[in-house]
Amino acid sequence: MGKVKIKKSDVWIDMTPMSDVMTLLLTFFMLTSTFVKNEPVKVNTPGSVSEIKVPENGVLTILISPEKDAAGKPTGEGQVFMSIDNTDLLGTTLDGMASAFGITLSTQEKGTFKSESTFGVPMGELRTYLESPAKARQKELPTKGIPLDSIKGSMSEFQQWVSVARTANTNVKIALKADATTPYKTVKKVMSELQDMDESHYYMITQLKQEEDK
Amino acid sequence: MSKKDSKQKKMNVRVDFTPMVDMLMLLITFFMLCTTLSKPQTMELTMPSNDKHTLENQKNEAKASETITMYVCADNKLYYGEGIPKYNDPSWIKEATWGSSKEGIREVLRNHTTEDGTTPVKRIELAVKELNADRAKNPKMYNDSIYQKKLSDSKGGMLKDGKIPTLTIVIKATDNASYKNLIDALDEMQILSIGTYVIDKINPDDTKLLKLKNVKM
Repeated sequence: MGKVKIKKSDVWIDMTPMSDVMTLLLTFFMLTSTFVKNEPVKVNTPGSVSEIKVPENGVLTILISPEKDAAGKPTGEGQVFMSIDNTDLLGTTLDGMASAFGITLSTQEKGTFKSESTFGVPMGELRTYLESPAKARQKELPTKGIPLDSIKGSMSEFQQWVSVARTANTNVKIALKADATTPYKTVKKVMSELQDMDESHYYMITQLKQEEDK
Repeated sequence: MSKKDSKQKKMNVRVDFTPMVDMLMLLITFFMLCTTLSKPQTMELTMPSNDKHTLENQKNEAKASETITMYVCADNKLYYGEGIPKYNDPSWIKEATWGSSKEGIREVLRNHTTEDGTTPVKRIELAVKELNADRAKNPKMYNDSIYQKKLSDSKGGMLKDGKIPTLTIVIKATDNASYKNLIDALDEMQILSIGTYVIDKINPDDTKLLKLKNVKM
């Protein structure tokens, strides 16, 4: 009988080492990883042998994707979205843009704007967009995009976003993230607009591709 | 009584960690699913300024035999022309394939011979390879700044046995070429350690030429 009792108490496993390991793993994941951004359009970046990493901080990502019509066929045009990884910078940029276009946004609307990872709505529709419920916004965003056409011969909305972000933080780095199937026309337009405003140095986000044998 | 009490207290010190482990597992799963570990790769690109007032003497001129124009066209097609563009002669441009096959663009660039009989791409590529091997052998002697300087020297044609002319590549992409092809073209520059290349816009002459060649743009 005594033996049986000992066995019963042995079933109790000490979980302390297990929890130690878990905490370590958790800390590792929390420190090394970055959250997946919720992007309105799925972008498949092309592969490249380049091994440079994206800079850590203050990156203005320009997302370019081929536009699709209702049937899902590419129209030959492209859409442009943007995201800024630094929330403070994003806020300052939004304030600058809003005052440039004469739009007053409530604190709540600003909060909504900042909580979204990617933006890309024409300034004229910004208020209505920010006021609509989250589900509607998610549906609507992929159909929008930042207009690349210049306004009355001066800077386009896209250029204004970039220049306001540049004034807010002079060290902001520009990264282009375009889908592999984007027609060069759109990329060219973005590039030449950047060039027009003397933003001639930028990064192009790619995936690592194994180098074929030489 | 007091003895019994202390004994019971000792037993109670053991805390059950199972719920804690459960919670940690959940958290780890959450982090593994919702985050990315690796940062995406990038390419650095510096485009020339659109400013038209660049002084003439700031522009570099390349010799005709040291330039190649690459036309990146729709449907994954790639054409190239050597030397000064002959806009009226569609046979000036030749088709090439992507990648490293025999008629691929990599071999074309690598075997391009300049007028004085050198193959600059091949030689520079060798020099860069040597440099990398040297660096792998004793990394202490080649710290980052020295390495970068040597690398840009090699890319600029300053080899151990004197300066050789370098190849200049002009990349022109048509409207319907995909972004992937443009990146592929830039990739070739990196693989072959070509330092002087530029992305240029298609001009009307190019359009005419590609039309003569019946290229889908």
